[in-house]
Amino acid sequence: MTPGSGSGPMKDCEYSQISTHSSSSPMESPHKKKKPAPKRKWEVFPGRNKFFCNGRIMMARQTGVFYLTLVLILVTSGLFFAFDCPYLSENITPAIPAIGGILFFFVMGTLLRTSFSDPGVLPRATPDEAADLERQIDIANGSSSGGYRPPPRTKEVIINGQTVKLKYCFTCKIFRPPRASHCSLCDNCVERFDHHCPWVGNCVGKRNYRFFYMFILSLSFLTVFIFAFVITHVILRSQQTGFLNALKDSPASVLEAVVCFFSVWSIVGLSGFHTYLISSNQTTNEDIKGSWSNKRGKENYNPYSYGNIFTNCCAALCGPLSPSLIDRRGFIQPDTPQLAGPSNGITMYGATQSQSNMCDQDQCIQSTKFVLQAAATPLLQSEPSITSEELPLPGKTTISGPCATLTLGQPTPPSSMPNLTSDSGLTDMIPLKEEHEGHQFLTPEEAPSPPGMLPSGSPIIHSHTMHVLSLASQDSLHEDSVRGLVKLSSV
Amino acid sequence: MATEVHSLQELRRSASLATKVFVQRDYSDGTTCQFQTKFPPELESRIERQLFEETVKTLNSFYAEAEKIGGSSYLEGCLACATAYFIFLCMETHYEKVLKKISKYIQEQNEKIYAPRGLLLTDPLERGMRVIEISIYEDRCSSGSSSSGSSSSSSGGGGGGAGGR
Repeated sequence: MTPGSGSGPMKDCEYSQISTHSSSSPMESPHKKKKPAPKRKWEVFPGRNKFFCNGRIMMARQTGVFYLTLVLILVTSGLFFAFDCPYLSENITPAIPAIGGILFFFVMGTLLRTSFSDPGVLPRATPDEAADLERQIDIANGSSSGGYRPPPRTKEVIINGQTVKLKYCFTCKIFRPPRASHCSLCDNCVERFDHHCPWVGNCVGKRNYRFFYMFILSLSFLTVFIFAFVITHVILRSQQTGFLNALKDSPASVLEAVVCFFSVWSIVGLSGFHTYLISSNQTTNEDIKGSWSNKRGKENYNPYSYGNIFTNCCAALCGPLSPSLIDRRGFIQPDTPQLAGPSNGITMYGATQSQSNMCDQDQCIQSTKFVLQAAATPLLQSEPSITSEELPLPGKTTISGPCATLTLGQPTPPSSMPNLTSDSGLTDMIPLKEEHEGHQFLTPEEAPSPPGMLPSGSPIIHSHTMHVLSLASQDSLHEDSVRGLVKLSSV
Repeated sequence: MATEVHSLQELRRSASLATKVFVQRDYSDGTTCQFQTKFPPELESRIERQLFEETVKTLNSFYAEAEKIGGSSYLEGCLACATAYFIFLCMETHYEKVLKKISKYIQEQNEKIYAPRGLLLTDPLERGMRVIEISIYEDRCSSGSSSSGSSSSSSGGGGGGAGGR
């Protein structure tokens, strides 16, 4: 830029002289540091949600049915205001379109509020928290070496005299608070989870339940209102001009009547159901599962209910509105670590299918990983007896050995090892299968870095067992690994 | 144990993060936001039991105040409902006001009590109201104590696991 000149002040003078003739950009560019634009937290949100307006609006991924809801409401109300209201306001009273208008705005306001707001999503645990929880689970479990006992994935709390089980969420790495549930469609844990409503395009949870209830209540009033006044309109017209002529004069009324007739049953029914839920302070989830019903036992009662209907209603509808916990529009701080992927720290907890039936996909992921770990782990523990006894597995050792050394640069506790090797080892397993003859010579040299992983005696065993390894076991090995790959890719 | 007084900024610059302690939620009262007052054993040598319990109890009382269902919250709720919830665009809810008070209180506690002892409280709001995270700092210049020794293995294990991915 500037011609070579020794002294500092001279350089500056020359530089400023140049800048007066040319545009200002050359002067700014050395001062302007090119920083990547700071990202907002919604851009890296781990759940399956869609965000609009720079994080202000939050919806589920599938929004097709929501647009259908919008279209139905807008078209029906639009037709009502355009075709029925002029006649009704002239012949009966102009209060009809006014009340209709108020109802319509209330319906739209509550619908948009329900659809666009955060239902009460619980942010996933930070890596430190998840590690601390697992440590506590380890302590509660007793010794963690070698055993694949299912860890206690539930905690029991006593709330108002009733025993409530808190389940551990594998995706979010937290013990879910009472009444929270993991929505598989949105892949989030939601507080006071009611249900996932496709009509609204969002989950219904603690933060938007009152909007949802107001929406369906006002929509049922609007539907009944429109239906009633469309019928009135047709009847009044048919008194003057006959029924068929009346229908011909206002064909829109027919469409409105049909839509309203079919909607009324479902919407009024839903309002009634949710009124019952609110008055007994239950969620749809709890009601469907019968968590607090008397059928489970005489001692079973709802510990969250306040005792009387009025208080329950007031608490649900007029209680304090808690703020969003996910801070969608906040900027990511460079020093805070972002949440790790689901495989970090899973170790041996992918085990059993027993208790939690919430996260189906997570169970699939965990069980697949467990299969891989179970296959890979016995080899990596320093027990030479295993390698000689189990024939099909030693074939894997030579393959996963170099993988182990490649993926880890530093010694790590054995429990976290199998996870990493199985993840990387699986993808490497098939292409490396043809090359395992060569690898058995590599392993003694590369083995020393992870301590206790491949005992010094094992390479000798491997070279023997490699020849012993039959074609059949190799095929089954290949099949298993392919099956595992297919499972992983499908999930 | 060194009992030097550090300011918050000095703490961050001169000390290194040794370990973190998490105070979990107490659900025995239902879904209201309360934290366990049980004293974590890792803080045994760092802070007096009374001070810690007082902090947690004060926080619990703040959260109870925020979630209180009573006259004023009903009024706010009914007013919001009557305006189709548009009033939330201009007005701050009672809960948000209390949360601001809480963050001020935590900052104050950090400056007066926790930072001089090499500890740092994180606002539970930043952790999804799940935990109160207490970061324990060790002086870089001090000789390795037993807690830093055990913490380095755990943080090393966690770091190794993350690094290997």
